[in-house]
Amino acid sequence: MKNAIKAAFPYTIPVMLGYLSIGIAFGLLFENAGYNFIWAFCISLLVYAGAMQFIAVSFFSGGLGLIQIAVMTLVVNFRHIFYGLSFLERFGKMGFKKWYMAFALTDETYSLLCGIKPPENVDDKKFLLCVALLNQSYWIAGSVIGALAGSMITFNTQGMDFAMTALFLVIFLDQWKAYRTHIPALTGLVCSIAVLAAVGPANMVIPSMVLIVISLMLMRKAVNPMLEEEREEGGEK
Amino acid sequence: MTLSVGESAMIILVISAVTFGLRAAPFLLFSRSGRIPKVIVYLGNVLPPAVMGMLIIYCLKNIRLVQNPYGIPELIAVTAVIGLHLWRRNNLLSIIGGTAVYMFLVQFVFV
Repeated sequence: MKNAIKAAFPYTIPVMLGYLSIGIAFGLLFENAGYNFIWAFCISLLVYAGAMQFIAVSFFSGGLGLIQIAVMTLVVNFRHIFYGLSFLERFGKMGFKKWYMAFALTDETYSLLCGIKPPENVDDKKFLLCVALLNQSYWIAGSVIGALAGSMITFNTQGMDFAMTALFLVIFLDQWKAYRTHIPALTGLVCSIAVLAAVGPANMVIPSMVLIVISLMLMRKAVNPMLEEEREEGGEK
Repeated sequence: MTLSVGESAMIILVISAVTFGLRAAPFLLFSRSGRIPKVIVYLGNVLPPAVMGMLIIYCLKNIRLVQNPYGIPELIAVTAVIGLHLWRRNNLLSIIGGTAVYMFLVQFVFV
């Protein structure tokens, strides 16, 4: 196990830097919403999803039912349904640990595991497990540090929740650059603005998602070829 | 905390269960890869950018365009994030910079 940790650690350094800083930001926001480091520890242990935990902070001010929260989680994290596909075989050999590996497949852990292999003297199963455990420990540590810092340093936090908006904007811009067709991104914006104007801010989530999925399904014939084109071009590189 | 301990714990459990369900689904549903319905593949491709667009609007949903300060602090801060990100493409810089701009605006300028 010691060998596996030694082999895994260097690969996880970039994730460590990212998780510690985003985790700290999350902990600060969560503390600001009235939840101390114990809560931060629990949510990062049990949920372990970056963007989703930022949105979750807004759930804790009340107003949304559990069904709305479940639907929002389903849609926001829908992409994760594909991550396991790349690891059916490798995780399949790990016995009951495979369920932890599936649980721990965040965006970062997924992309890291896709690209790395253990050195010859290290067992692949232990190596995978170490990478996953190290990554989650960074995330938990970051959010606990953030929550503790938020409770010790007192400053005017008004407006700090804009960090969440900024995070989504950054992801949106990165996806805008990565996608050849901007129809899905624009569909998301247009549908949600329309729903917001129609029903107001309190109940916009589910109608927006329904409208987005329906619109995207209606445009499937038109949009799908643009995505395929993208994939072919990506393959030629 | 506006919610009780029990309500808060329920929220965490629901998010946890749905997220884990999604991540574990391939191991339950597709024992052999390559048998994924095309509709799921399509949605998996187009949903992420659409959802990010929705989340941005969700974050900005409480702006009142007809009331002082007319969403001006948000407009300036959003522009700052986009500008910083197009300039340096550094996630942390864009997020911290934009948030600092917004906090300054709502605490000192548009009080």
